[in-house]
Amino acid sequence: MGMSLGFHIIFAALGIGMPLLMVIAEGTYLRTRKPVYLELAKRWARGSAILFAVGAVSGTVLSFELGLLWPGFMEKAGAIIGMPFSLEGFAFFTEAIFLGVYLSGWNRLPPFLHWISGVLVVIGGVMSAVFVVTANAWMNAPTGFKIVDGKITDIDPIAAMLNQGSLHQVLHMVLAAFIATGFSVAAVHAFLLLRDNRIAFHRNALAIALLVGGISVPLQIWSGDLSARTVARIQPAKLAAMEATYRTQNGAPILIGGIPNDDARTADYAITIPRGLSILAMRDPGAKITGLEEFSRSDWPNVRLVHWSFDIMVASGFALLALSIAAGWLWWRRRGLPDRRWFLCSLVAAGPLGFIAIEAGWMVTELGRQPWIIYGVMRTQEAVTPMRGIAVPFALFTVVYLFLAFMVVYLLRREFMKTAEPGNARLPTHA
Amino acid sequence: MLEFTVAGFLLLALIFYAVTGGADSGGGMWDLLASGPRAEKQRRAIAKAIGPIWEANHVWLILVVVVLFTAFPRAFAAIMTALYIPVTLMLIGVIFRGSAFIFRKYDSRAENVQNRWSTLFGAASFFTPFVQGVTLGALATGQIRVEHGTLTSGFLAGWLTPFAFLCGVFALGLCSFLAATYMTNDTREQQDVQNDFRLRALCSGAALGPIALAAFLVAKTGAPEIFAGLTQWWALPLIGLTICLALVALASLWWRKFSLARFAAIGTATLVLAGWSLAQFPYLIVPDVTIPNAAAPAITLRLLLIALIAGSAILLPSLYFLFYIFKGDEAAGSESREKV
Repeated sequence: MGMSLGFHIIFAALGIGMPLLMVIAEGTYLRTRKPVYLELAKRWARGSAILFAVGAVSGTVLSFELGLLWPGFMEKAGAIIGMPFSLEGFAFFTEAIFLGVYLSGWNRLPPFLHWISGVLVVIGGVMSAVFVVTANAWMNAPTGFKIVDGKITDIDPIAAMLNQGSLHQVLHMVLAAFIATGFSVAAVHAFLLLRDNRIAFHRNALAIALLVGGISVPLQIWSGDLSARTVARIQPAKLAAMEATYRTQNGAPILIGGIPNDDARTADYAITIPRGLSILAMRDPGAKITGLEEFSRSDWPNVRLVHWSFDIMVASGFALLALSIAAGWLWWRRRGLPDRRWFLCSLVAAGPLGFIAIEAGWMVTELGRQPWIIYGVMRTQEAVTPMRGIAVPFALFTVVYLFLAFMVVYLLRREFMKTAEPGNARLPTHA
Repeated sequence: MLEFTVAGFLLLALIFYAVTGGADSGGGMWDLLASGPRAEKQRRAIAKAIGPIWEANHVWLILVVVVLFTAFPRAFAAIMTALYIPVTLMLIGVIFRGSAFIFRKYDSRAENVQNRWSTLFGAASFFTPFVQGVTLGALATGQIRVEHGTLTSGFLAGWLTPFAFLCGVFALGLCSFLAATYMTNDTREQQDVQNDFRLRALCSGAALGPIALAAFLVAKTGAPEIFAGLTQWWALPLIGLTICLALVALASLWWRKFSLARFAAIGTATLVLAGWSLAQFPYLIVPDVTIPNAAAPAITLRLLLIALIAGSAILLPSLYFLFYIFKGDEAAGSESREKV
């Protein structure tokens, strides 16, 4: 399941982000009537089509896997948290329908209607993410039910959907999708511009992708701060693991890196920012932060993995922030797309950062919740399928997913390389 | 009452999936079986017909699953545990069917590359509905036992039976029949290709009769609940009507009334699934899990029903729009203009 999700999350993120790029490109075309934007929209639409198809099948697999792997979880949680999944079904329908219209309707619809169907694809994609992440947030902040004598009663699906974790997780995920897509697409076009920086097609592509990614990053830092504060309130054990904070203390520091040691209850070799955590989580340099020692050892997540994943996510985020600021500054100073070699090179290098951050962030939220599948209510162990030998399907799906990933990369490469062929409009030397 | 209404929606979604997504699988089968001098033309017509709509059609399956686990979580947990193996196999089929189709479209035009994807797409299109049929069939066999909330029948019960396999074969027949019938409508511009699909529709339609009869006879021992249901007083007119509609479909194919044939084929598929579910009513999994005993609390069902109705209000017009653009008569007309 984790593997399927780890795979799906990338395609889902691209499935949300790519249509946005494609719609912006077509919208720009409708306004400026420059054919290069139309070409760009069409090319990105083809990319979206491949990604969406793979996202759709991996999403199908996931909806079944909920039951295949966690029948115990679904039996209890289905009635409480099935709502957002059902709504997600409809959002996904909208996305699929209008993507079909968009992809095959270039000549069948008036341009404006065609663009609108693209916009609906974006909305459908974002709504899908909202609903699915809502369900995940509930696992972190379970509400909307009571447990009486071990039985679940008084179910309130609406309250479950509006749980305390939803808002920050949804914001964080949707922005992450825009960032990851923006910077990975920017990396591809930056790479092609390194070969020849006058191809108008790639220059325009880079501009749009960079804009989407660059605007989302500062928002993401803000939403990350919101997340940290929420987690501090509702899942103190997770926050403690993220920061490898073993002891309860006033004015807790932020620890960066290091090797958390569960037995000694210290993080060795970490860089320390005094009082940082108290400020971050509570807005008060002297605030008390609950350490892992308050929890029974059997309720600890894997501190090392959670702490490291968290640091990787934050580091990727700030690297992208630096790059966005640099891009904005260069853009403003030169009144044009930054195309210095060093800048393009660093964009290429930063291409995967968005996805690394997504995967790491997802590890933080999932591993940080362990050993619970529903935080404080049900342990993962109680939910797992009684099926023996699940290593076999696990290996099988891994191979299948690797194959899919390979094919997608191969086909996308084909799509983008085609644009490097001659015949593309070039700007006059020294644009 | 609430749980039965939601179950009705579930059946409706399943029917939609069968007559749209199932037909797309059928298209894949005919892709693999494309033969004769016009094999390539047949393949191209199929790809063109399902290209814009297959993903939307596929979402019905997801809807079935999410409604099932929201409204009937106990049944969902039991099905996914007892039928772990066939469901996993089905997912593999789903993955390869969808991805091979899209990869074929965007990969190199070289013949060997295209053929490789076609074979994978076609094989997965056979495999997927077959396993889906087997899975549905297994629920009716009465061999999957859930006692005191625990599954006691293991992972092999139900689906390795002749009845379940016949259901799989029937699903294959139904999907291929629907697909070929639709294709006669999608190929109005090319008479020779249309004739190919007409012949295929007639053959697969005619094959459905004996398969259904065999399944019915096997059901006597293999799925007694179904057999008992289908031999009650209300079943006779229903079965009669189903057969009539199937005959109407075949006759209109014969006399080249393809539009009518399409509606009759859809009607047949609908009645088959409706008749089945009536025969199995009120069981979700015979004999231990019923619609009432697996249902979620009323508040969940009520909200789900509201969501389903509101969702349909968005969904149905959108779907209509999609099919209107790509399948409407106007679309066919504009196509011929494009060609000119």
